[in-house]
Amino acid sequence: MGRYLLRRLLIAVPSLLGISVVLFAVLALAPGDPFGELASNPNVPPEVGATLRAKFGLDDPIALRYLRWLSAMLHGDWGFSFVSRMDVDTLILQRLPATLFIIGSSQVLALLIALPVGVYSAVRPYSIFDHIANLFAFIGFSLPTFFTGLLFILLFSIYLDWLPFVYRTDIGGSGWHWYWEQLKQSAMPVAVLALLQAASWTRYMRSSVLEVSRLDYVTTARAKGLPERMVLIKHIVRNALIPVVTLVALQMPALFGGAIVTEQIFRIPGIGSLLISSILANDTPVIMAVTFVFACLVILFNLLADVLYGWLDPRIAYR
Amino acid sequence: MNEQELRELISAVKAGRVSRRAFVHKMVGLGLTAPFATQLLAHAGLAQTAPSTEYKPTKAGGGGALKLLFWQAATLLNPHFAVGTKDAEGCRIFYEPLAAWDPDGNLVPVLAAEIPDIENGGVAADGRSVTWKLKKGVEWHDGQPFTADDVVFNWEYASDPATAATTIGIYRDARIEKIDPLTVRVRFEKPTPFWAGPFVAFWGMIIPKHLFEPYKGANSRDAPANLKPAGTGPYRFVEFKPGDLIRGERNPSYHVANRPYFDTIEMKGGGDAVSAARAVIQTGEYDYAWNVQVEDEILLRLENAGNARGRAEIVQSRAMEHIQINFADPWTEVDGERSSPKTRHPLFSDPAVRQALRLLVDRASVEAHIYGRTGVATGNFLNNPERFVSKNTKWEFNVDKANRLLEEAGWMRGPDGIRAKDGKKLKLVFQTAINAPRQKTQAIIKQACQKAGIDMELKSVTASVYFSSDVANPDTARKFYADLQMYTVGTPSVPDPEGFMQTFVSWEIASKENKWQGRNSTRWHNEEYDKIYRAAQGELDPVKRAALFIKMNDMVVEDVTVIPVVNRRWVAAISHKLKASLSGWDNDFWNLKDWYRET
Repeated sequence: MGRYLLRRLLIAVPSLLGISVVLFAVLALAPGDPFGELASNPNVPPEVGATLRAKFGLDDPIALRYLRWLSAMLHGDWGFSFVSRMDVDTLILQRLPATLFIIGSSQVLALLIALPVGVYSAVRPYSIFDHIANLFAFIGFSLPTFFTGLLFILLFSIYLDWLPFVYRTDIGGSGWHWYWEQLKQSAMPVAVLALLQAASWTRYMRSSVLEVSRLDYVTTARAKGLPERMVLIKHIVRNALIPVVTLVALQMPALFGGAIVTEQIFRIPGIGSLLISSILANDTPVIMAVTFVFACLVILFNLLADVLYGWLDPRIAYR
Repeated sequence: MNEQELRELISAVKAGRVSRRAFVHKMVGLGLTAPFATQLLAHAGLAQTAPSTEYKPTKAGGGGALKLLFWQAATLLNPHFAVGTKDAEGCRIFYEPLAAWDPDGNLVPVLAAEIPDIENGGVAADGRSVTWKLKKGVEWHDGQPFTADDVVFNWEYASDPATAATTIGIYRDARIEKIDPLTVRVRFEKPTPFWAGPFVAFWGMIIPKHLFEPYKGANSRDAPANLKPAGTGPYRFVEFKPGDLIRGERNPSYHVANRPYFDTIEMKGGGDAVSAARAVIQTGEYDYAWNVQVEDEILLRLENAGNARGRAEIVQSRAMEHIQINFADPWTEVDGERSSPKTRHPLFSDPAVRQALRLLVDRASVEAHIYGRTGVATGNFLNNPERFVSKNTKWEFNVDKANRLLEEAGWMRGPDGIRAKDGKKLKLVFQTAINAPRQKTQAIIKQACQKAGIDMELKSVTASVYFSSDVANPDTARKFYADLQMYTVGTPSVPDPEGFMQTFVSWEIASKENKWQGRNSTRWHNEEYDKIYRAAQGELDPVKRAALFIKMNDMVVEDVTVIPVVNRRWVAAISHKLKASLSGWDNDFWNLKDWYRET
């Protein structure tokens, strides 16, 4: 196990290097100029842009810039934002809590919906409940988050006027008032992300339970005369959960992607909205850092999924 | 009225309890002349120009929270690094300039005691210097006094190339000297009729010397105050999250009595313009939304809904959506560049083609169907303030006349319906940035051109590429590798049009030689225009100077260097209860201290 982990971590190093080379090259070759807005402003002489370019080393060859970035990164220096003129790691740390909160709560909510609904659908396949659950699941994963987000805003904020659609990090008050406000403002973004996830997990859970319940040991358990409840919870669901757990872990990075759009719509100051505004402003150090964080997440969660799978299912051996 | 009463009255005006106008009326009623009455006020340290908003609150504070929504968030809080207006707005909450521009394009003192002019001796008769008297008793947020040293320091800071300040263009040609602790003199190398560049409006916000002095030059980016501003403004700094949020609280020692009204201020960023407009006009979550670039149709729908809580505030500005004609040949490469200033455009060298094009731009339809209240059809390139607007030009949309013009000039329709002359076909490429109203405008023009036998290919480029200075990219507006192009110029703009009209001087022609950094993308070269421009630069008589700018406008319009389309307006969304005055010549927050909410 220890050796396996070590090997996986060692393999991760060249993949991360490769990813960083590709990201850096794409960003360097992409059109656009971080100081473009300066150039179109008649009051700013062109020399200012030139000075800034020289100061941030933008005129050097790409290879040199990459090496400089890499060595800084190895020293723990994430770079310096051209647009905000501050350190990138401070920017990202400022944005991280909001993203983690929204994604975390949406995952929990999605699991709370997907597990019972999936299991119940599988226990009573082709019942009315199953059909309705299926219908919603298909609606759920065919609708993109930007659409459900706008739909929710239209319904709950504008038509009903119940929920605010601008997410604020500075809501006043304390105690119950704060929790209430926080609940109100996160309800929509969390629901949007959770619905998308819950939809696919429900389907997954259902098929997994159906598959397991046909296995011989389940029949044996029933033949022993165990109550149906016991069979379902102890024998079926436990084993059916194994592939679902891996799926949840594998989908985590994708969720960060879905959060980018949701964060933009609801003005949540997370790393997703930081990425969008940096792309619009051609703020390459920030784009580089955020995409690199996403790449690390993908690799990390892949590893996590593999490890979890083996831990849950002793039949899998690490080699 | 005895002296005591008079003094009391003056201090009442000072505190804002009595309006200037009421004071002057009263004095005139007592037999004094109006100028003498104003002089009395000026003598008492009161500004020449009255604030253009009525301010009703009788004490500072008590207004609760002021909530502002920006769909593009401020990313930095040092006014000398501000890139777009969004950053300048964020800075303006905490920092102030010596003077600001009101909606009519007049100067209003902020940190200055009065506006310099020829009469009060502030502006030198030779136009080479201007003397600013600073307001007494102004304190920085940390309690230090504001003095002439701070003002001088801002010039040293910004004009040092190593600082890489975006304001360097305003400061580098001036010399600032301290006369006494509350007086500074700005010296110019040449007679400068427009002396209100340094220390005025968005480029002129003043940062404290005592916090920034160690960080002048190359280490400017390390200053802690870059992220924790301490200025003289109506609100004090509380919190800043770049790209997301700025928070401030009332400055209890603010230098204007009874101001500001709000206890806290919050500037939230992110999202998009339409939902920002909704959050103010429809749901009332916010009091104000910045730069609501939304089609007028949508704004009207939001405003006319039964329960609307706000409205769109539409402000005059100079922003000009215009079509540029390429005078160089974009299709032939000379010395490694297309659109080389050495070439002449094969079709546009015939003035008849340019005149015909001018007749084919249906500005009335563009205004009516696309821009609505936010863009007004105009025949002039230079619009606003009123004193610079030419009355000599007119515009019309007339396909028949355009056809006749082309016919007379020998451009005959071929079998495919496209006109040609000497084997050259009237085929044009028309480029612009990707932006829904622009693509619609392009379509309207293309349709009219088809009727006149001109074949037009439409091209649209992503804004981030089109407006960039990327030397390697062929699709930028400055390279102009097309026959026609359309975009907006003039935001932000000071009331004086000198910088604005520089667009057409020959030394600004964009070319490979200057890495396409010249601002004249049309490559139009006109000796007379250059001469008039140079004359205007040194003309001290404001009336004569305005006449020169009008003449320049007439030249580019009559010679069809550009085809003006619409004069765009600055639009913000404001809650019905919020009282705020916005200026097209300065930041929206130029008069933030006077914002209040009606209860």
